[in-house]
Amino acid sequence: MTMKGPERPLFDVEEMEVSFGPQHPATHGVLRVQMKLDGERIVEAKPIIGYLHRGTEKLFETMTFPACIPHTDRLDYVNAAHNNQGFCVTMEKLLGISIPPRAAYLRMILAELQRLASHLVWFATHAVDIGAITPFFYTFRERDDILDLFEEYCGARLTLNCMKIGGLPFELPEGWLDRCAEFVDAFPSHIDEYETLLTTNRIWKKRTIGVGVISPEDAIDMGLTGPPLRGSGIEWDIRKVFPYDRYDEVEFDVPTGTNCDTYDRYLVRVEEMRQSTRILRQCLEKLPEGPIMAKAPKVLRSPEGMVYGSVESPKGELGYFIVATENGTEPYRCRVRPPSFVNLQSLPKMVEGSLVADLMAVIGTLDIVLGEIDR
Amino acid sequence: MPEPILQLLLIPLVKIVVLLVVVLLIVAYLTYAERKILGYMQVRLGPNRVGPKGWLQPVADGLKLLVKEDLVPGGAEKLVFIIAPAIVMVPALVMFAVIPFGEPFEVAGMTITPYLADINIALLFILGVSSVGVFGIMLGGWSSNNKFSLMGGLRSAAQMVSYEIPMGFAIISAVLMAGTLSMVGIVEAQRTAGWWFVFPGILGFGIYWICGIAETNRNPFDLPEAEAELVAGFHTEYSGMKFALFYLAEYANMMIVSAMAVVMFLGGWLPPFPNLLAGLWASPALAWIPGVIWFLAKMSFFLFCYIWFRGTFPRYRFDQLMAVGWKWLLPLSLANVMLVGLGVLLLKG
Repeated sequence: MTMKGPERPLFDVEEMEVSFGPQHPATHGVLRVQMKLDGERIVEAKPIIGYLHRGTEKLFETMTFPACIPHTDRLDYVNAAHNNQGFCVTMEKLLGISIPPRAAYLRMILAELQRLASHLVWFATHAVDIGAITPFFYTFRERDDILDLFEEYCGARLTLNCMKIGGLPFELPEGWLDRCAEFVDAFPSHIDEYETLLTTNRIWKKRTIGVGVISPEDAIDMGLTGPPLRGSGIEWDIRKVFPYDRYDEVEFDVPTGTNCDTYDRYLVRVEEMRQSTRILRQCLEKLPEGPIMAKAPKVLRSPEGMVYGSVESPKGELGYFIVATENGTEPYRCRVRPPSFVNLQSLPKMVEGSLVADLMAVIGTLDIVLGEIDR
Repeated sequence: MPEPILQLLLIPLVKIVVLLVVVLLIVAYLTYAERKILGYMQVRLGPNRVGPKGWLQPVADGLKLLVKEDLVPGGAEKLVFIIAPAIVMVPALVMFAVIPFGEPFEVAGMTITPYLADINIALLFILGVSSVGVFGIMLGGWSSNNKFSLMGGLRSAAQMVSYEIPMGFAIISAVLMAGTLSMVGIVEAQRTAGWWFVFPGILGFGIYWICGIAETNRNPFDLPEAEAELVAGFHTEYSGMKFALFYLAEYANMMIVSAMAVVMFLGGWLPPFPNLLAGLWASPALAWIPGVIWFLAKMSFFLFCYIWFRGTFPRYRFDQLMAVGWKWLLPLSLANVMLVGLGVLLLKG
């Protein structure tokens, strides 16, 4: 006589479908992740986007070139300066304008300050997602200092609209450079302060090491840019490989990781903040006198053509592809290449097979902003 | 008035009322203290609008929760959904019955004990009653008809069951040293031994404290209500006073865990440092400080640690939490029981 096992398991086993977001405290906006769960393990994760779609690219087609710039602010809303810079750099490429050195250096100062501000937001939210609530308040303290500097310069804190095609809209207010230098000098010690809370924390390491691994080959295949690519060990930074403004005149290193995991991406971003202060210090030192606007006609008329220009935003390669008609005053088509959008597609690869809690770590480490994903 | 009525009915009743009021007051102001302390740790101010320095904030919070709409989500198991918060709250309060807050004292010729009951199995009683609270969390999570709540409930069930075992072993080490399960007996044993059990039982104390944090679902073990993952875990769907009960129960449980740590390892109401600095602390100038004050001071230290940890640590992941419980704390606590047992055998013969 043979013993027969049960034909099916004693209990029904089924995968639980969870719709994670769009209203959820930890999805950084209105991201929705459709998940299939086996207990705590993620079987399938599908990011669903589009809840913040505003038709920005279509709007570009209806307005003159300079009028597009305020709309770029709203793409990656914690990082307006780079959005402005990307659009201006691309337009200058199309129109063949070269901007005066003072304008270029000031742009770099604004952009690097913005990179710090954006990375501080990333640091805060990433830590909160993993359960450490305190770093949030410390990073936002310094971010407020940066926003104060912006406010003093252009009147806005978030949607800056601080650059113009051909240069900058305003000269610096009096004493701004001193206040900026003061902040830059103090900032490295603040980075140390943040790091004491997390970098060597055992729980933090346990939560991030070996989580969200993506191999260098996969990272390239998926078109990742920015810290997610550099975390996988590939030295690729638009500021180095296709320098714009005057990034070829300053010295800085491009940090890379080796283990391709969340912890390495964390270290890469922290090191990027240090490098940004290094760039800022050089810019403040070298800042030349002179005009802040290139000679450009009042009404910009484009030659016929297509142009692609990109900058290294804190999230990765931010590119603008502009199609222009002969003598046109507005883009015929403007396509934005948002780094968050491209980086987000690696999410399923990073989380499938790991635990629900890892999804939080991965969303945090990708540093996505839904404004630029949905546009 | 006949003596038995006074002794068996009136005095206990008064004690129950006083105890409940004091405990709930401490719980309410613990939430205030937490927000204030976290505020100072996080370069902000914390509540400071309601009353002077925000002193009335807990009152305002309570009032708000009382008058909120009492919502039961559609598709929820209504009866279970309503009962669950009570199942969590009642055991949390019942446990205070056996916590000895101080020494017996004389009032109008009667000896009053500052505890409700000195039963000889007090520790077992606390362990048993505290396990009932888990049901409330599980049922609350399950009956909400919400997937996040369900996962929160499951997590907390797994977590509490796993951490109760090493916690039990850690408690056994204290019981071995004291030779009794009575809370009052344990404190008295520390008085006669001349030292607090934290010194010989430092390992057991550490294990107990880690498990205690896990049992109360606090950072870094606050997975059942991990905001980033599960919105609010098992109480996602709860609002108004039902939510308040979960909330109060969590803080009451924190107090219980702290109080037990004080009783078992830090000498309960005894003044500090029995043998080391006995000369300094036993001086008559300090003798007038009642035991209750010492007890509350020691308990506040643990409560502060709870808040301190919350401001410092990230959160463990679920599998890591289980690994810490089963792979580290359980073997360690077993070894500790053997060590302490051996020590007791050798010293006491």
